Amino acid sequence: MSSGYNFAYLDEPTKRMLRRSLLKAVAIPGYQVPFASREMPLPFGWGTGGIQVTAAILGRDDRLKVIDQGADDTTNAVSIRDFFAKTAGVATTLSTRDATVIQTRHRIPETPLQHGQIMVFQVPIPEPLRWLEPRETETRRMHAFADYGAMHLKLYEDVARYGRITTAYDYPVLVAGRYLMRPSPIPRFDNPKLDASPALMLFGAGREKRIYAVPPYTSVKSLDFEDHPFTIESWDRPCARCGAADSYLDEIITDDRGGRRFVCSDTDHCNQRLDAKEKAA
Amino acid sequence: MSGPILEVRDLEKRYGARRAVAGVSLDVWPGEVLGIVGESGSGKTTLLSAIAGRVAPSAGSVTYDGRDLTELADVDRSRLIGDKIGFVHQNPRDGLRLNVSAGGNVAEKLMAAGARNYGALRETACRWLDRVEIGRDRVDDHPSKFSGGMQQRLQIARVLATQPQLVLMDEPTGGLDVSVQAKLLDLLRGLVDELGLAVVVVTHDLGVARLLAHRLLVMKDGLVVEHGLTDQVLDDPAHAYTQLLVSSVLQV
Repeated sequence: MSSGYNFAYLDEPTKRMLRRSLLKAVAIPGYQVPFASREMPLPFGWGTGGIQVTAAILGRDDRLKVIDQGADDTTNAVSIRDFFAKTAGVATTLSTRDATVIQTRHRIPETPLQHGQIMVFQVPIPEPLRWLEPRETETRRMHAFADYGAMHLKLYEDVARYGRITTAYDYPVLVAGRYLMRPSPIPRFDNPKLDASPALMLFGAGREKRIYAVPPYTSVKSLDFEDHPFTIESWDRPCARCGAADSYLDEIITDDRGGRRFVCSDTDHCNQRLDAKEKAA
Repeated sequence: MSGPILEVRDLEKRYGARRAVAGVSLDVWPGEVLGIVGESGSGKTTLLSAIAGRVAPSAGSVTYDGRDLTELADVDRSRLIGDKIGFVHQNPRDGLRLNVSAGGNVAEKLMAAGARNYGALRETACRWLDRVEIGRDRVDDHPSKFSGGMQQRLQIARVLATQPQLVLMDEPTGGLDVSVQAKLLDLLRGLVDELGLAVVVVTHDLGVARLLAHRLLVMKDGLVVEHGLTDQVLDDPAHAYTQLLVSSVLQV
């Protein structure tokens, strides 16, 4: 741990401010709580909201995992992990099972989360109604009155134009039967993992200065139609590395002659499965 | 039903010292079309907005079906108005979502009311397009691609789809050319009759008032200066202002 930094970079009054917002967010599942977002040593859009939430909840005994698009070894994941290793001196890990805090962009790990774990999501646009209502005063009124009819419009438009719901990520959900929420840009494949999860889910939007949360064991329902029910993505082949047939696959272009393969986006999940196979062999 | 569906009593809207609506009372009975005429700035639109809960009245009451809207909590008023009262804007672009298909525009309020079956929603939307004489093949087109008259008809379909009991219309034929106006009026008259709607229609066009309204209020400077049956008010105006209004129309 480097000297010269307060524990986990942020000063204590700032962390206190963040924790107050977090407590309110947990108390009102899905409700967007404003907070005084700080300048962080990386640009907005790179995870400033997630980093501030992580800094506010991190304790000395925590083990931190950071993923970006499911991978532990992408630039942003490596940088943020190093950042906290340097400024907080906490242990880091690549394993979902060992981590106590997991900061993520775009994915929820395939390994089922456990009670006591905390997921921290980086959120670019927290407001689910923003695409059809640009006025903040108006979207706040819509949330306050639970006036959500307009939200199904997006799904209606999908079906009208393409014959099915094509919204593939940031798929809108209703939290605890009350607040409409953007689950951040996770694929809709991950939406069912939010429902009644034993882990605490925290969402931070740095640029938009909003924090929201899904407490453990809270109902999270993806919006749909009776005759076009919510479904998750599926692939016609398993992962090319570990052979998993039930995980979210990324398409990797392997050459410039159209060669491609599909591999797990969750690198930890994929590697663990490979290790287990090797051990068995 | 026994009484009026809408009762407005001593409604007042002040902007600073100015009184845009200076104490208006009116009743609307089920199945009745009430016209409000008057020149620009006479307070017609403000009155309509106050009834629709779009502006908060400074004094007076608006009672819909026995419930005083001005006494209700914001959320209850918003729900009641959303469910039971339709509002047709003068400019269809204010009442439509231009970046959403025609079908989506009609279906939106149905979804707000809890409809969750896509097939049924779409069928309802198509039936409403039929009724306002927009081809079913346009159901997936955006209203920004529609002519002004079509946009206005679509707005009417959107408003009527949830079957409100009271519809407020602010200059529904404003900004349309006369032949399109005539067709729209024809359509409106048919729908109002068929659905037994109670309507309050604000207009400065006496022709619209003559064709649509059963009863007429004449407003000037925020006050009702004359009221009565439409033919009576237009053919035998009593108040000096109404006489001026009626004589200002060119006879072709």
